[in-house]
Amino acid sequence: MLRTTPFHARTGPLCQAQNWRRWAGYVAASSYELTHEREYHAIRSTAALIDVSPLYKYSVRGPDAGRLLNRVITRDVDKCAVNQVMYTPWCDEEGKVIDDGTLSRLGQETFRLTAAEPNLRWLHDNALGLNVTIDDVTDSIAALALQGPNSREILKHASDAELDELRFFRLTSARVQDVPVTISRTGYTGDLGYEVWVDAERAVSLWDLIMAAGESYGVTPAGMLALDISRIEAGLLLNQVDYIPANKALLETRKSSPFELGLGWTVALGKDQFVGRAALIEEQRRGPAWHLRGLEIEWESLEEIYAEFGLPPELPTIAWRTSVPVYSNSKQIGYATSGAWSPTLKRYIALAHLRAQHAEPGTELAMEVTAEHQRKSALAKVVTTPFFDPQRKRA
Amino acid sequence: MAAGRYDAIVIGGGHNGLVAAAYLARAGKKVLVLERRHLVGGAAVTEEVYPGFKYSVCSYVVSLLRPEIIRELDLSAHGLDLLPLESTVTPLPNGDYLARWADHDQTRRELYRHSPRDAEAYDEFGKLMYHLAFAVKPILSMVPPDPASLSPGDLRSLLKLTNHFRGLGDEKLYSLIKLMTMSSADYLDEWFETEALKATMSASGVIGTFLGPRSPGTAYVLLHHYMGEIDGAFRAWGFAKGGTGSVSEAIASAARGFGAEIRTEASVARVIIENGRAAGVAMESGDEIRANVVVSGIDPRRTFLGLIEPDELPSEFVRAIRRFRIRGSSGKVNLALDALPNLACLPGTGPHLRGAVSISPSIEYLERAYDDAKYGSFSRHPYMDIVIPSMIDPDMAPSGKHVMSIFVQYAPYELNGGWNDARHEEFGDAVIDTLSEYMPNLKDIILHRQVLTPWDMERDFGLTEGNIFHGELSLHQLFFMRPAAPWADYHTPIRDFYQCGSGTHPGGGISGASGRLAALTMLEDM
Repeated sequence: MLRTTPFHARTGPLCQAQNWRRWAGYVAASSYELTHEREYHAIRSTAALIDVSPLYKYSVRGPDAGRLLNRVITRDVDKCAVNQVMYTPWCDEEGKVIDDGTLSRLGQETFRLTAAEPNLRWLHDNALGLNVTIDDVTDSIAALALQGPNSREILKHASDAELDELRFFRLTSARVQDVPVTISRTGYTGDLGYEVWVDAERAVSLWDLIMAAGESYGVTPAGMLALDISRIEAGLLLNQVDYIPANKALLETRKSSPFELGLGWTVALGKDQFVGRAALIEEQRRGPAWHLRGLEIEWESLEEIYAEFGLPPELPTIAWRTSVPVYSNSKQIGYATSGAWSPTLKRYIALAHLRAQHAEPGTELAMEVTAEHQRKSALAKVVTTPFFDPQRKRA
Repeated sequence: MAAGRYDAIVIGGGHNGLVAAAYLARAGKKVLVLERRHLVGGAAVTEEVYPGFKYSVCSYVVSLLRPEIIRELDLSAHGLDLLPLESTVTPLPNGDYLARWADHDQTRRELYRHSPRDAEAYDEFGKLMYHLAFAVKPILSMVPPDPASLSPGDLRSLLKLTNHFRGLGDEKLYSLIKLMTMSSADYLDEWFETEALKATMSASGVIGTFLGPRSPGTAYVLLHHYMGEIDGAFRAWGFAKGGTGSVSEAIASAARGFGAEIRTEASVARVIIENGRAAGVAMESGDEIRANVVVSGIDPRRTFLGLIEPDELPSEFVRAIRRFRIRGSSGKVNLALDALPNLACLPGTGPHLRGAVSISPSIEYLERAYDDAKYGSFSRHPYMDIVIPSMIDPDMAPSGKHVMSIFVQYAPYELNGGWNDARHEEFGDAVIDTLSEYMPNLKDIILHRQVLTPWDMERDFGLTEGNIFHGELSLHQLFFMRPAAPWADYHTPIRDFYQCGSGTHPGGGISGASGRLAALTMLEDM
């Protein structure tokens, strides 16, 4: 009884691989084709169409909508202009991250917040005494991410939006033929790309129109496997994978602050009271104990490890999501949470939580690698994220 | 006796008695179990009351059976097979239902249909209960220390306990205190708004007690039921293949494997006491059987007021046992069915029939059911917890036919005017009439019905006042107070005489913990 998204009439028959996974109670295609490779390359070289409808979406509106959101999220809502989008985490009282998502300001008093986990109760609890209406619009709004170098041309073709004017993290209302949509220049791939938001009832028409407009631009439906590699390349975090939401963590040590996740830039300590502010001020003073950083696993070191068994380096064919120990001089100083071979960068990359004193970019560490059933350590260098940041993303 | 003297005699072949026997025999002791009935198991029995249909007559689900017992007695090798009972469906008077399924996404979606807030609160509540159950769990495997005692053993144990609770952290400690003092209705009100959800959850806080969901102290029992674990997963309810009798059979088989002797249709009249020490038992048949130690697995009332001459016990202790609350509050109806019941809210067959059906539409419904009992009647519209064992294990009934187990609350032992055959049937009718409102075809498919009132449970299964837990699981009767301080460590005022039934810590449910802890205590002394 898992739900299918409003695009299922199209995505279902397209999914040759019959390879589905769960996403927030919905089924989502892992890959449409038998392997995800071409879908990944569409993201980086042409354009990929990704059904992102399962994202939790909340409509927040009313005279106090801005106040509520300022109370909840770490960024300053007052600095979010109408038609602007902000990426933001939000925290509990201890300043530990509960979730992250994007906040779209659709009007002076109208916002839409996306989330990886259910947050309706959290929003309601914080709205006590405020004149604001909060609705869960997860099921009623469908969303397609069109990502890749050709995405702008395709959407220009398909819609009446002035996309040359639309800057990174801005949005606009538009029509795709007769289908009213909102187009935001956002995405989870770190590439040039857009997300198109549509009433669930018009979802299938939108799919058809974009696919038709994109045909000569190589538009390719892409699943979660391709998306996962590109989001790691972009250094974008995944809730429940790269961090454990504070309200679900069974242990204190599993929780992370925005500073520890490399999201310090999203914390507007200057604004008035918000959930977690006092704890975050204290943490900023003290300095975070952990840093989430990129790791580049060194090829020569991998070659050496595998050569011992008479093998060339065996690389992960899909992104992995397990906790992998990271060492400094044989002492564990952190753990990687996601990793992948980047087909674009030709590098083995990972996202890792590192103790602050070992997190300086350039630091030489080692990550556990299992080669031929044996645990080995491959040299890995600390780098800043994103690993991949093409100019076209913002251009 | 040709066999000569036994090291230990176990009175009562219920699951705790069998567990105690198994552990004693495993340590090389010569053990004899004496069971009054023709089969072992006590309240955990499977009986073919109606030809071809097997009823788990009293106890019907397993969740608290201690994993260490399963491991240490190797119960799977002796035939124990626990099958999952995955869902709970609560039919509502308006024709809708509330379901909780094995799958998290499916449950969330279903709760969301009733209340988006509750769907989210449910996960956080589950997390808190997980923490608290994890915190309280070690106590289940611990011999209760006496807080009034200054003996090094008790003090050590108390200190360990204090440190354990300190380690919980403030937030959880406060939650635990709330849980120990509030009513389950009030406690759940702090979390949820859906009536059926609150009612179905609070029902587990009142099962086996003569209390309503609004009675203070019932919140703690919620936690007691959260502690059920199978394969280490908290809160998993299971059904034993072959019915609950197969749990007892597996333990008995393990005990025999270690050399224990088990006699059925062997009714003990009294414990022989010589010079203040237990020396054996006198049988109803007139025989006497001697042993170094004797342990009773039957409830505290029957043990101390039935098997022991009153002048052998300190009068204070006798008073405490008399005061021990053991009021029966529940009944049981078992049905043989010609076909599957049809739920009006979820017609046809489906996975919901493999899980529990709970008749608990609202807190008010439960509290009103309790009101009836408070004033001496059985509930006209009782709370019911229903499972169809033949849906999980087809061997429980002939092909195409089914058995249904209905746990019913409330049915007071002290019924106005007393229980008699007519009231017995009236009680059965109230159950079937109420259930028929939710299962319209029920009356047409009943082939046989077995009705057990608290009075029947006392007569047939030796449960004093029909209390299924050998004494209520209310806070003042738990841990070092069970059954009476300072005799909560399985010893009794009589030397070489021990207790190992559900009337001792941690009590209640097919946990076997009392039997195991008693045996370990005895072995230390022997």
